[in-house]
Amino acid sequence: MATTELEIPDSLKRSAEAAEHSFDTVGEKMILNMGPSHPSTHGVLRIVLELDGEEILKATPDIGYLHRGDEKIAENMTWTQFIPYTDRLDYLAPLANNVAYTCAVEKLMGYELTPRAKVIRVICCELARISAHLLGIGAYTMDCGAVTVFLYTFTEREKIYNLIEVLTGARFTTSYTRVGGLARDLPPGFIQGVKDFIDQFPGRVDEIDNLLTRNRIFVDRTKDVGVISRADAISYGLTGPNLRGSGVEFDLRRHRPYLDYDQYDFEIPTGTVGDAYDRYLIRMEELRQSVKILRQALDRLPEGPINVEDPKNIMPKKHGVMTKMEELIQQFMIVTQGIDAPAGEVYFSAENPKGELGFYINSRGGGVPHRLKIRAPSFCNLSIVPHVMPGQMLSDVVAILGSLDFVMGECDR
Amino acid sequence: MSLFPELNAKFAERFSGKLTVNPVFREETTWAIDPSILVPLLTALRDEEDFDFLVDVSGVDNFGQEPRFEMVYELFSYKTLKNLRVKTWVSEDHLEVPTVSHLWRTADWHERETYDMMGIHFAGHPDLRRILMWDGYPYYPLRKDFPLEGKVSDLPDLAFSNVAPLEGGPFVTSPADLSADREPRARPTEI
Repeated sequence: MATTELEIPDSLKRSAEAAEHSFDTVGEKMILNMGPSHPSTHGVLRIVLELDGEEILKATPDIGYLHRGDEKIAENMTWTQFIPYTDRLDYLAPLANNVAYTCAVEKLMGYELTPRAKVIRVICCELARISAHLLGIGAYTMDCGAVTVFLYTFTEREKIYNLIEVLTGARFTTSYTRVGGLARDLPPGFIQGVKDFIDQFPGRVDEIDNLLTRNRIFVDRTKDVGVISRADAISYGLTGPNLRGSGVEFDLRRHRPYLDYDQYDFEIPTGTVGDAYDRYLIRMEELRQSVKILRQALDRLPEGPINVEDPKNIMPKKHGVMTKMEELIQQFMIVTQGIDAPAGEVYFSAENPKGELGFYINSRGGGVPHRLKIRAPSFCNLSIVPHVMPGQMLSDVVAILGSLDFVMGECDR
Repeated sequence: MSLFPELNAKFAERFSGKLTVNPVFREETTWAIDPSILVPLLTALRDEEDFDFLVDVSGVDNFGQEPRFEMVYELFSYKTLKNLRVKTWVSEDHLEVPTVSHLWRTADWHERETYDMMGIHFAGHPDLRRILMWDGYPYYPLRKDFPLEGKVSDLPDLAFSNVAPLEGGPFVTSPADLSADREPRARPTEI
């Protein structure tokens, strides 16, 4: 077996060293690099696979290709200035990240949101969840060979992007929420647009269902592939659909409710086997449950203000800033010095489409956090790869990675 | 006022002198402990109190204070739905904390990241190497004395090993050197 001698200690060299030990295998072992630029790794992820023929002996993920130093940047930005960085964490569901971050800062500030802001944030979260799950299912099944589904899901995602563009001004990098409320209120026509979307959406989910769920090829590809036991799922810190696939009925929206989620009626799909097929089914069912939540949210959308009553920390209206002295001073203080947060530490987590996105904020008072740790669900979900891959076939790698549905933007931050 | 009075009392008594229950802030319980009882306490919490989910492990750099670093462990129980935060201090002279990766397998990657970013060693960790930065990177980026724009690392043949250009950007609090006839926020010419 030809191994190149590398000067830099690398996970490849480490794997090669591990391969020096004699295994009880037939033939030679091969080290295959599933490089960072690969269509099936869902982002920039490098996996070093040690293969015996088609069977995987060892899989070592190598992350950090998308590391941008978000936590370091957070220590130099005011609370509001960091919101665009949260867009780029899980870039498939940016609204959900915005909501999670601002809810964390509001927990630190001790704010209680207005009812209208809460319902609008729930609408944002559920739209983001539908969008992220559609992409997750689409990319996953495309990697398994069912390319048509990818285009079906992206057609639906385009409709969601149009709605988000009307709401926030951008398709992708939304930065819609602010600490204490939202950047702006719902534009006219948005509610009708969401209603039209969720009226036709269940039909589309049925179409995808008909294509895949009882498809012999897809079931053969994903059933009993990448089985994660319940104990492993909890110990490795999996969250979200991956955890529920392994039989743990836990959803942060139900068991640690935020944004009044305990007042919505929805079910939590839970798997039994813990294989890739279960995780796919859970994501499909979560799409339907999100539609249910959206209908309830639209029905109970109240009138009223969207921002918390706190003149010192909420940006005043522009016409006040242009005409009155006090608003001008407030605007100046908030923009230059940031929101005045109390000293203390909080941890807040939200049920993002990928899992539990948590923010640990250690504040020493003032406008800038002392330490902001982002508990990324994809980071923990990916840590199970070295445990679940050995013993699977090479073609199952793609199915397992797709079913874990991680996003490298979140994993590397 | 405390959230879990029996739990606090039981463990404060068992590890008396080494465990302090911090005041409740935003309905969260935090225990500050001595690093010598870290593994026994967390083992007891996992086995006896059903804290089966280690949510997050982070390091905090209190530059200028002694002890310099803090390790923060967020725990959660799926059975009792309780949240608990356990903090311990790490001094700069002895930058070592025992690992908890044998208790929760998720601590493996979290501790690797804390080592990568802060430089805190974890005694007994099965595979302590950098996870986000490349192997052989000489600095610990999340420390307070590491500048925001980065430092030049002397790894040859590697792209982007210069510092990030910040002149004219949002982090700048002092203007860059520029000649009088240039636009104020433009980048100065490379020398």
